[in-house]
Amino acid sequence: MSQNIQMEARLWEYIDGIAKPEERSVIEALIQTQQEWREKYQEMAALHQDLQEHLELEAPSLRFTKNVMEEIARLHIAPATSTYINKKIIYGIAGFFITLIAGFVIYAIAQIDWSSGSGSGGFEWNRIDFSGIFNNQFVNIFMMVNIVLGLMLFDRYLTAQKKNWKKQAS
Amino acid sequence: MVKNGNQQAYSQLVTRYQNYVFTIVLRYINSREDAEEVAQDVFIKAYKSLADFRGESKFSTWIYTITTTSCLTFLRKKKLEVHSLDNEKVMAHAEQVDSGMRANQVEQKSKLAMVNQAITLLSPDDAQVITLFYRGEQSLDEIATILGQETNTVKVRLHRARQRLRDKMEKFFPQEVRDLTT
Repeated sequence: MSQNIQMEARLWEYIDGIAKPEERSVIEALIQTQQEWREKYQEMAALHQDLQEHLELEAPSLRFTKNVMEEIARLHIAPATSTYINKKIIYGIAGFFITLIAGFVIYAIAQIDWSSGSGSGGFEWNRIDFSGIFNNQFVNIFMMVNIVLGLMLFDRYLTAQKKNWKKQAS
Repeated sequence: MVKNGNQQAYSQLVTRYQNYVFTIVLRYINSREDAEEVAQDVFIKAYKSLADFRGESKFSTWIYTITTTSCLTFLRKKKLEVHSLDNEKVMAHAEQVDSGMRANQVEQKSKLAMVNQAITLLSPDDAQVITLFYRGEQSLDEIATILGQETNTVKVRLHRARQRLRDKMEKFFPQEVRDLTT
């Protein structure tokens, strides 16, 4: 069974013209010398030819192009995504987060007491004291502003979605 | 010209590709009315996104990708009944096709009808890959781009789809298949 599937796969590659030259020669020889291969090839080649010659495309209604063009007449081509997404902003956001992560890592490393190693070889991450950062009033204000901005963006998104649903419903 | 928003030029593209796009949509959506709506939507979406078409692939490959995505979105939204091998209605349709075919015995015409009827009995995925390869002017690499799959996967899918088409033809059109091979 699997031999038959393999034979068909090789024959399709040959018929589709994607078999490598050396493989083509091998298959040509097999078709000429072995009846099983020859019969299968003839059967598959007939199907291939039939699909090439007889497979038809369906046509939409006569008004199709007109309908599309009427709809398009009211539209403008949107600018390319690359033109309205400023790469500097992307790099700026990436830079902000990388700096933030680096800051936390440096702060954590700075707290390690290298002289009093327990010898266990591990580092207890839960013993890092972040209270110095999160008790800072500026950081708290910064976090609060971010939360408010996030909620505003979420509200804008939900309003846009609501408008969209109403538009689709009408 | 088209990318600058020339609607006349775009209208020529619509005329050129409308049958291709409509046929691919029909492979997924079992209703000409809905298929026409989705096909129109494909061209409208393509027009709106023309600025994003960078010409790295053929226009046809790009528009077939939009077509496939639009069909899947439509089906997800509507959860429409699609062609399926396991679908009883399709099997009933196949019987009708078979009996209808018997009434029309002009050989060339029956061959043509056999291929086009047999393909409607396949699953949408099988029918689509065959259509893209034989009528969509797409290579295996381009079909892989459209379907978002590896070229080797597409190659295997195409092999299997043709085998299943052959099985359908043998089951529902045995006489015509015998004529084909002789």
